[in-house]
Amino acid sequence: MVRFILGRLVKAVFILLAILVFNFLLIHAAPGDPAAVMAGEAGAADEKFLADLRQRFGLDQPLYVQLWIYIKGAVQLDLGYSFRQQMPVAELIGDRLPATLLLTGVAFVLSLVLGVVAGVAASARQGSWGDTIISTLALLFYATPLFWVALMAALVFSVWLGWLPGFGYSTIGAGYTGLAHVLDVAKHLVLPATTLGLFFTAIYMRMTRASMLEVSRLDFVKTARAKGLKRRVIQRRHILRNALLPVITLAGLQAGQIFGGAILTETVFAWPGIGRLMFEAINQRDYNVILGVFYISAAMVLLFNLITDVVYVIIDPRIRLTA
Amino acid sequence: MSLLQIRDLAIALPEGADRKYAAQNINFDLDKGEILCIVGESGSGKSMSANAVMGLLPQGVKPVDGTITFDGRPILGLSEKEMLKLRGSRISMIFQEPLSALNPLMRVGAQIAEVFEAHGALTGTERRKRALELLHEVGIPDPDAAIRAYPFQLSGGQRQRVMIAMALALEPDILIADEPTTALDVTTQAQILKLIEDLRQKRGMAVIFITHDFGVVADIADRVIVMQTGKIVESGTADEVLLRPQHPYTRALIDAIPRLTQRKEAEEQTRAPILTVEGLQKTFSTGSGKLFGKRRVVKAGQDVSFELFAGETIGIVGESGSGKSTVGRCLVRLLTPDGGRVMVDGADIAHMSGTELRERRRNLQMIFQDPYSSLNPRARVSRILTEGLIAYGTPKREAQEKARELLELVGLDASAMNRFPHEFSGGQRQRIGIARALALDPKIIIADEAVSALDVSIQAQVLDLLADLKTRLDLSMLFITHDLRVAARICDRIIVMQKGKIVEAGPAGKVLHNPDTEYTQSLLDAIPGQEYERALEGAS
Repeated sequence: MVRFILGRLVKAVFILLAILVFNFLLIHAAPGDPAAVMAGEAGAADEKFLADLRQRFGLDQPLYVQLWIYIKGAVQLDLGYSFRQQMPVAELIGDRLPATLLLTGVAFVLSLVLGVVAGVAASARQGSWGDTIISTLALLFYATPLFWVALMAALVFSVWLGWLPGFGYSTIGAGYTGLAHVLDVAKHLVLPATTLGLFFTAIYMRMTRASMLEVSRLDFVKTARAKGLKRRVIQRRHILRNALLPVITLAGLQAGQIFGGAILTETVFAWPGIGRLMFEAINQRDYNVILGVFYISAAMVLLFNLITDVVYVIIDPRIRLTA
Repeated sequence: MSLLQIRDLAIALPEGADRKYAAQNINFDLDKGEILCIVGESGSGKSMSANAVMGLLPQGVKPVDGTITFDGRPILGLSEKEMLKLRGSRISMIFQEPLSALNPLMRVGAQIAEVFEAHGALTGTERRKRALELLHEVGIPDPDAAIRAYPFQLSGGQRQRVMIAMALALEPDILIADEPTTALDVTTQAQILKLIEDLRQKRGMAVIFITHDFGVVADIADRVIVMQTGKIVESGTADEVLLRPQHPYTRALIDAIPRLTQRKEAEEQTRAPILTVEGLQKTFSTGSGKLFGKRRVVKAGQDVSFELFAGETIGIVGESGSGKSTVGRCLVRLLTPDGGRVMVDGADIAHMSGTELRERRRNLQMIFQDPYSSLNPRARVSRILTEGLIAYGTPKREAQEKARELLELVGLDASAMNRFPHEFSGGQRQRIGIARALALDPKIIIADEAVSALDVSIQAQVLDLLADLKTRLDLSMLFITHDLRVAARICDRIIVMQKGKIVEAGPAGKVLHNPDTEYTQSLLDAIPGQEYERALEGAS
């Protein structure tokens, strides 16, 4: 088990390095460089000024040297400097990352739990009106664009009903501490996390439902019935555990999607996470920040995948003992 | 009074099924300690009748008439709660495919202990102790390890023993065994049959044994019921039904049993070999589950050499894992051999690739075991049959014409062209599989367990068809099977494989009646129904 995890970690490091190089080259394949953008915006696009800027930022070096410097830095979590925000990128991301992790983490857990519970409930009543309602609701959330659900949620629950705050991470200037602060953040979290979570809930629900129905037709379920086990025990112990395997695979794959979804949600709800940071950085062509966000989000996706693999291994002995 | 009495039982199928009743007018008694065999082909209603006793009929299928009385008490129409008390404790059941019948994610011990839990018997540690005793009793090697194993870590025979241990946990009065040996090798089958027989004697347990194999019936049954399309057509003691069958259907089933004595003498082969296999090697290795652990290595083909002559049929027999299928797959290059030569028409196809391989490969075609999964369910028969031809450049219209001829050749109507595989029965599907293999006018057919998934009577028809086609089209055939009786029926020569090696090869008559190796002899001894076969010989 430890070896398995170590093996995966080694692989993850290599993948991360490859992503780093790819992103770096991708950005440099685009025409122009930050110096040109900065000089252009400063209204001083003469050759000497440009050359000065390039020398100052090391942009006059050959590409492989720049890459080497960048990788050396990235390994030590030095992701360069944002000239826009006048801050080291690592610090910038470090400030924003907890908010994103909180949002995506809560949305992820929420969607998985809700999705599995709804899927189990729907499959237990296959073809009934309960099943129809659950399936239709899921489809509705899945089919509606995320940003629209976000806007409507903010409009209804924040603007009209005034139940929940519609933007931000905490109440500005309230100066809450301790439990009051936690509750305040939690309140702000409800709308963005639910909006982001509901979209993914639909996917997990449909997967769980289909998987439960498929597993319930397998022979070992009949064996369980022949043993005289109660329906509920069979559902939980025999069907659900087997049915969860594809859901877990899906959840691992969706981890990247949830980061993507977070950009939209954070933008609508003014949630101070890295999604919004990226949105702003792209608008401002803040290359180092973009690269840094790519790097960190790739690392997060890899981490989620690693967790999925480990969970899978814990649940499925066939992989633990043979793979 | 009998332990189990079934009177006028009728089980209705859901609307839209091909017939109204899965079974009707079912009447039989089962006494304590008796083994009752229910024989019939797929769809005869034999499993449905047994499932009705357990109250485990599939959705939409329900008993509509008659009574089932168990231990003096009517059980048809009991509430689910009452039935739960009977299932697993007084009546228990084992199934055909022990791998799929066990939960892949639960340890064997936990699955056995669950039976006690379901019925509130014993405490945690006692349950485990009893599970261990049961594993001892059913003869699993190293029960201490087996109890902690997951189903995939056990062999087919061991898994079926686990199923039996589970079924016996609460010492039931009745064991219902639904084709429990169909998926097993002959040797394993013989062991499982003996185990069931022993347990019956020791515990006085009654057994309902469902099978389509009369050889098995002859070895184990006290009484026999023969079912056809939902009705009992004949019943009586084993001797009555087996030796003096009254109903034509019973007679047809008995005639269809492939017999060792039906083999034909191999003709002297003076022609040149059409296929020469020299020193074929194939090794599989899989990860060990550890980062730097040693890889597991399975030598599925070790120095396999033989020649196949034009117009000849060679049988490759052996238990599962003997490497017989691997050899077949290497020959058509579904697998690439690690070493050795496969000479067809003077060219070595073992190490060919690209266009050259494509051109040569059409001469070797394969028929697969499972007619359900080997045909694309989304493709109409016309596409299945013409795909290969069109791939090799035949114009579509010509390919269609050829496909119609092929269907006729294998005994199907040309109207089959526009239908999908699921619209056919197992036997018909296997005919489509044969037509598909013949489409490219191959010289050599490799049939991998081509009749193993079929009922005996259908098996006989398909074997006859293959024999007929072989003569008409001047084919050579490699027939891979675990059933020596099937090999006896169709093969001129037989190759016996064990653990990737050829242990014996020779004319069918010699291998089947006077084998050189103990291994072959043990395979022969394990064939069910041999005494019965001799009795039939004596009678005729």
